[in-house]
Order: sequence, then structure tokens, then C-alpha cells
Amino acid sequence: MFKILQKTFSVGTATADYPRIAPRVAEQFRGCPEFDFAAWNDARPAAEACPTGAIALIDSEGLRQVIVDYGRCIFCGECAETSADEAVRMTHQFELAVTDRRDLVLTAEYTLYPDGSHAALLSATSGPGMEETGKRIEAAIHNLLGRSLSIRQVDAGSCNGCEQEIVALNNPVYDIERFGIHFVASPRHADMLLVTGPVTRNMELALRKTWVATPEPKVVAAVGACGISGGIFGTNYASLGGVDAVIPVDVYIPGCPPRPEALLHGILLALGLARRGGM
Amino acid sequence: MKTFSKELRERFPEQVLSVEESVSGQVTVLLNNSDATAITRHFLTERQARLVTVFAEDRVKAEGVFYNYYVFDRLGDPSWVILKAPISKDHPSFPSLAAELPSVNWQEREIQDWFGLEAAGHPNPRRVALHDNWPDVHPLRKDFPLDTVLPAFEGERHVYRPTLGEGVFQIPVGPVHAGIIEPGHFNFAVAGEPILYLQLRMFYTHKGTEKLFENLPIPRAVFLAESISGDSAFSHGAAFCQAIERAAEIEVPQRAQFMRATLLELERIANHIGDAGAIANDVGFVIANAHAGRVRELVLGLNETLTGSRVLRGMVAIGGVRRDWQRDQIEAIEKTLAVVEREFRDLTAILQSSNSTRERLERTGILRPEKAAMLGVVGVAGRASGVDLDVRRDHPYEAYRHLPFRVPVYQAGDVRHRLQVRIDEVGESLRIIRAAVAQLPGGPHRAPRQPIPPGRCALSAVEGWRGEIIHWVRTGENNRLERCKVKDPSINNWPAIVETMEGNIVADFPVINKSFNLSYSGTDR
Repeated sequence: MFKILQKTFSVGTATADYPRIAPRVAEQFRGCPEFDFAAWNDARPAAEACPTGAIALIDSEGLRQVIVDYGRCIFCGECAETSADEAVRMTHQFELAVTDRRDLVLTAEYTLYPDGSHAALLSATSGPGMEETGKRIEAAIHNLLGRSLSIRQVDAGSCNGCEQEIVALNNPVYDIERFGIHFVASPRHADMLLVTGPVTRNMELALRKTWVATPEPKVVAAVGACGISGGIFGTNYASLGGVDAVIPVDVYIPGCPPRPEALLHGILLALGLARRGGM
Repeated sequence: MKTFSKELRERFPEQVLSVEESVSGQVTVLLNNSDATAITRHFLTERQARLVTVFAEDRVKAEGVFYNYYVFDRLGDPSWVILKAPISKDHPSFPSLAAELPSVNWQEREIQDWFGLEAAGHPNPRRVALHDNWPDVHPLRKDFPLDTVLPAFEGERHVYRPTLGEGVFQIPVGPVHAGIIEPGHFNFAVAGEPILYLQLRMFYTHKGTEKLFENLPIPRAVFLAESISGDSAFSHGAAFCQAIERAAEIEVPQRAQFMRATLLELERIANHIGDAGAIANDVGFVIANAHAGRVRELVLGLNETLTGSRVLRGMVAIGGVRRDWQRDQIEAIEKTLAVVEREFRDLTAILQSSNSTRERLERTGILRPEKAAMLGVVGVAGRASGVDLDVRRDHPYEAYRHLPFRVPVYQAGDVRHRLQVRIDEVGESLRIIRAAVAQLPGGPHRAPRQPIPPGRCALSAVEGWRGEIIHWVRTGENNRLERCKVKDPSINNWPAIVETMEGNIVADFPVINKSFNLSYSGTDR
């Protein structure tokens, strides 16, 4: 007993004060890629290398649409590595959670040349949700102490990668309970479902039943590339794709897996929603 | 395994149709489907061989037949013998071995479900991988497209063995569990607190992985391999890359081999520390789990420094690793490991200081060595029950030939010893990493990229933190795969959990289950 106390006192506080203080990430950490659409002369190598189809090209006569979907991205860095012109760059950015799935999708339109290259950026969207999200979250944290949130985690078919990082939320470094947020054993006790994917055919019914068992008002967060879009599994004979193919989703948390701070960011975003929903 | 295959030819001159060794140390023996049982029996009884896995392949379009493959190894011999038995498409049936060899029970039923090949004589031929509500489809047949849209789900029709008798009840648990874990269904039959028996139902997370491998260009398929079982991303990724490298005869640079070994051991350390905490947590020793969570974070931070990912994703590549290490990254290894070693020693002391914890772990969830051997249990769970197997030692790969380590083996087979194997292995992994870093050669970290030639087959085995991971590939045209068989150690070990239930109470199930910590996704794919 004495040994345990001694150890615990000698360690002191292990908890990192995220989100008040930006997390210390390794210099090598790969967040999401960033695209300089105006300088991007050839998107083909990146689209070819992308393992999950997060970068897609749609060519029509004289026009190329480049679609970048952060909801599919696994932060592998292949796009940056294969793009010779340095228009694609890996960043440390991971706070990507949004409430509108469309906010994870960027589109750029180019003039397409007959040889397959493109030039002359015609138009581009730039992740509209992200900055706004940051502000909304601050507001949510301000009002946090008045409310707690109960989360039921549902693995609807994941590889268990996301679960590892969700489990980490309970360790002393992230200590999610300091926000009054805790994981509960039953959907009947939950305000929020934190769902990983892809949703498999064999889990579809269980996910629906879990959602029905969760009392209103409730929020659903889809976690990770697979939870958002099916990720590398996409849709196939055994996979229905993202969580919103089966139940309504309020918050999308990109990553593969999202690091614990990214999960916290998304959960706090959802908390803001939950409050507005009258919980 | 020259001697093994020579023995085989002398003993069964009529039955052996051809012998091929396209990859050094991997002997593929062609024989008739009807002879497979007799030869397998001979291997198991007279040659002390072990049936590692059995799987099928659809070669109907190319060769007019299906094949079943039976992979064997034996202690003290670093090579593999693979029996290859053609199965006619007009008589899609093969003799089942499950009655005498329980370790193939699920794997034979997978072949039934996925290929439509009947395991004739199987004692329990019900579906396993496709649930009962699935239509009559066989997804791994070549004429079944990956994106087939199946009719809507029609509800549950699975029937569990009935539980009869006064005061005997069933407790159904899952697939959505109370903790943050993967989905599966446990059906307990109980008389009061003691468990009479447990029925397991898996494959809730079946997501078409093996089929998907046949539909991705090989470089992209590496990322799929990382998603077979998320806590073993690097091990599965490395097993897959190694299979391709063997098939295509790509030589992995020395530096990359030592880097891979380092990362494989970091994956082991992170998971073993996490499990040590989780086992403590499941018997109510929360403070130990808190310390374990903190120490595990140190390892994940190092992972991020070395690979850009806390869970080692996006690092392994065909021919080596994607990124080289600079001096400061290599220095971070020893710096972090020194702290991890000290902290883990304190954690172990805390774990062992509590008599009430030891009481809960000792003689709980015993897996007897003879049962473990019969079920083909591998990895941590096997080594706690006298199964002395470790791919790193038995089939050395990568840099392991040059690295020192012991393989801890115990006979007691209880939760306490599954924990002890992990504790010992953290120490061994620290030794391995230090030796790997000390010997880290210079030179390139990745072989030049090259197209993968078609029609090559190769087997690969890696000792993941959980146990033996097997990948088998056949390469195809256009840098794609014809087949990728994946065997996670969990598929052998799940049935063993059922065997540990006798004499235990429901309240101890979580800690027993955690002491195995098997992968659902790796099993279900």
C-alpha cells in the first residue's frame, strides 16, 4: 500500500491540459495533408497512390475536378510523397471533427489538357467547417462544468485501432472524466454513441438496436475514416460503409485512428450539440 | 525442409504428385484430395508436425479446380511444408479433419462458407463466418464480385445449444459489450455463479478483407494489412510485406530489417503493458491500470517519433520501411526505453505487491497444456500453457537471427501466468531493441520499387505480440494479388477460452478474457 502511494505521489500529475494547451506531438507526427490547389500541377500520382480513394479525379471534357475527402483520409502521407510539386504537404493538424459531413470534402476545378495534366485553377473550396469548429468548442468548454456526458462506445466493425485510442481517453494523460464525461456500460444510460466502423453486415442490426435503446435526446459521433466513410474497406458485400449509412450521425471525427486529443475535440464538439439539443 | 519432403516422398511415393520449392524453405507438395487426411495424420502422429493452418483457393478459372492448402511445421526445423490438394468443382468437397484435430474446426467451416466447399464429416458443419441470415453465397469464389449487393438483413436465426435443468440459466452477452472492446457474442450457461459452459459466436466484424486484398494494387494493400487488427498494425503489415517480398524475391536491406524488428518489439511492449494494466483493472486494481496507461503512453510517444503514428501505421512498405531514422530519433529510443524499463519495473512491483490481486489471478481460467496443444493455441496464451512456440526463434525472419532473446514458457496456464509471460516478454523485447539499435547497419532503408511478377506464391510468418501471424499470397497480373490468406493467432485461441471456463464464475470471465486479449477483427477479417 505504502509502495503504491509513494509511487503515485512521486509521479505527480500526468494529465495533459488539452484543449487549453496544445498537445505536444512529435515532430514526425502526421496529421492531415494540406493542399495548395493553385500550385498543384498534377493530382494524378496522389490520386493513384491514395489507399482509400480520399483523393479522386473526375475528368470531363476540358475540365478536371479534384475531390479531397478528409472523411476517407488515413493520414498515411502517400499523396505528399508522390506529388513532385510540393503542393501537398503533411501537417500536424488533427482537430478535424465537423458536424456536417460535407465540410470534410474539398473540391478544386482545373482546366484539363489533352495529355492528362491540368493547369489553371478555376475554383476551390477550403475546409469551411474547421475554423468555426474551434470557436464552437471553446464555447462548449466554457459552459462545461454544468453538465456531464455519458458515452456508450459501439464497435460496429472496426479493426480495433480506434478502440485503442478511445481506451486511452480514460488513462491519466487524457483523463476524460475531468470534463464530466464518462463511458457507460449500456446504451440506456448514454447521451452519446461513439461509433467506429465500417458498419459490417453482421453488426448492422446490433447497431440499430443500440441506437433505438439510447434515450432521446442523443448524439452520435462517427469515429475514424472507417466510421465516417468505410475507409479502406469502403462498401462491399460485407461492409455497409460509414455509420451514417445506418443511423443518423451528428459529429464526424477523422483519423486512422484519431489520436486521443482528436477524439476529445470531436466529443467536446458533440457536447456543444448535446447542450443545444436541450440535454 | 529437404529431409521432411524427402521423407514424405519415400513414405508416400504413390500419393506425392509433385514437389516444388519456389521459395527457399517452403516446400509445396501436390497430392490428391483423398490422400490429404492420411498424410496429415502421418505428419501429426509420426513426424511430430503441427498443422499451422488450412485454407482454400479458387483456381477454377485458371486451372479448373479449387485447392486446399495444409501448412505444417515442426519444432527444430525452420522450414514449412505445404500440402496442396486439388478439389474438383463438380464435387466441391474435402475430408474434414476437425473431429480429430479441433484446431481446424473454424478454419474448415470458413472454407465451407467462403468457397462453398463441403468439409465432409465435420462434427459441427454449421456456418461460422457468414451468419445464419446470409443468403447462399460464397464470397471468396472468383465469380463473386467484391461489391455484390446482398438482399436486406432478415434478423437473427442463430440457435444456441439449449440450457436445461433446474436453476440453470443462460446469460447472453454481446455483441455490443459493456466495455470499450470489439463485438462478439458470449452465451454463458450458469448454475448460480459457476459457469457450466460457454458458447462463442464471432465474425460480427467480418468486412470482406481477404476478398478486398484481391481488388487493391499491392502497394495500397499494405494499408489494408495494417487494418486487419488495429493493435497489431505493424505486425500484420510486416507479415504481408514479407510475403510479397518472398514471392517477388525482393531483398530487404539490412537496415530496414533491424528497423522492422525494433518496431515489432515496440508494438509488443505497448500492448503487453496495456494488457498488464487491463488485467489488473478487471480485478479492481485500478491504480495499477492508471500507471500502466501512463507508461504505455511513453511507448506510443516513441512510436510517433519513429513512424509519425502512435500505433505504427504507415511505416512498413514492400522492400523495407517508408522513412529512415535520423540520429535524434535513434537516440530517443534508448532515452525513452530507459524510462519505460524503470517505470515497468515499478509497475510490476505494484502488481505483485497486492495479495488480493494475486488471489484473483492465480488458478483462474486455467488452460491445461494438453488442451492448449490439442487446440493449436499459439502465442502468449500458448506459452503460458506449455506450448513452446515462437516464430522469431522457430522460423527466424528479418533481423531476429542476429538478436538475443529467451522465450518464456510456463505450464500453469492460469491468468497469473499469461500475465507473467507478458512481463517477461517486455524485458526480452527491451533487450532485442537495444541489440537492434546497437547493431543498426547503415545503407538504404528500402529496396528500389519494382513491379511484382505474377503467379508467385509465398508464405510469411511473424510473431506478433499476440502470437503467430500467417500470411500466404499468390501474386497476379498488374501488380495485384490473386489471393491473400490471413491467419491471426486469435483464430486458434478463441476456442481455448471456452476450455478455461470450467470451475470459474461469471465475475471472473472479464479477466480471463482479458488475459487472452484476442482480436475479434483479426479473427473475423
